[in-house]
Amino acid sequence: MTPQDFYDMLRRTYATSVPHVGELGIELIRVDGRAVEARLPSKPEFLGDVEHQLIHTGVVTALIDSICGLALIAHIGKPTRIATLDLRVDYLRPSRPGKDLNCRAECYRLTEQIAFLRAEVWQNDPATPVASGMGAFMRTARPGEDGRLSGLI
Amino acid sequence: MTPTQKIPAAVSMEEARRLAREHKDPGALLALVPYAVFLGLRMDLRDLAAPVLHLPFKPSLIGNAALPAIHGGVVASFMESAALMHLLLMLDERRVPKSIDFSIDYLRSAQAEDSFAACAVERLGRRVAQVQIRCWQSDAARPVALGRAHFLLDADAPA
Repeated sequence: MTPQDFYDMLRRTYATSVPHVGELGIELIRVDGRAVEARLPSKPEFLGDVEHQLIHTGVVTALIDSICGLALIAHIGKPTRIATLDLRVDYLRPSRPGKDLNCRAECYRLTEQIAFLRAEVWQNDPATPVASGMGAFMRTARPGEDGRLSGLI
Repeated sequence: MTPTQKIPAAVSMEEARRLAREHKDPGALLALVPYAVFLGLRMDLRDLAAPVLHLPFKPSLIGNAALPAIHGGVVASFMESAALMHLLLMLDERRVPKSIDFSIDYLRSAQAEDSFAACAVERLGRRVAQVQIRCWQSDAARPVALGRAHFLLDADAPA
């Protein structure tokens, strides 16, 4: 399997292997070893503040968590079991309904057992992100042992 | 793109809070936060001094069909929602507090079962509240995740 075959497989199986992703409606734009990009079209159910028309920050966090996990598996380049250790998200600007949430995540440091990911979320312009996230992940399969493709937690 | 509608809140925040506190009916308070309703959040108000947020399990919350485990992002957004609902109930804010940041440590994978969260406001200033969030499933002594969040309060509101 070439790296491109693996990215294509991740892209095809993502929505069906992760039920919550299907329910949210996350769509993958780009999947490769450098980054994953996705968009999440707005839904009325995503509101956190009806009066002020703001999207709930939990939606943004779920998007970041999910795309970071996928970016890590794509970066490793083969089926791997992973677990999120921690995640921190800064909400830089309000997210407004009626516009997509766009997310880009990348792994910027990978060791035998631990990976460090960062992600940004924007609506109109990548230069004005609505949120910025950082997370640490663990490879749960032992070093040298291939996990099955089941790690998209 | 899905068209968004302005969904009018059925009752005011003050009335929703009164229903929750006096009648232990959290429905109107939850309705102020549509995403909490989307997740299926419930509030256990038997002890008003220590409300427990409850996320009943449903298959759409699964993030890993092979284990199966609840999606880590669901656990995080449940805990953020729990902190927000806790503040709406406990404080007398006139608008929904704004999230500044959120941090979560995942201690165990969340099983395909009901989840619970309890919150504590560890610092309440005029403008900012700091909330600690603890999430567990069948065994309260073995938390699934620990979280913390800062919220911006409406400093202009009368106390």
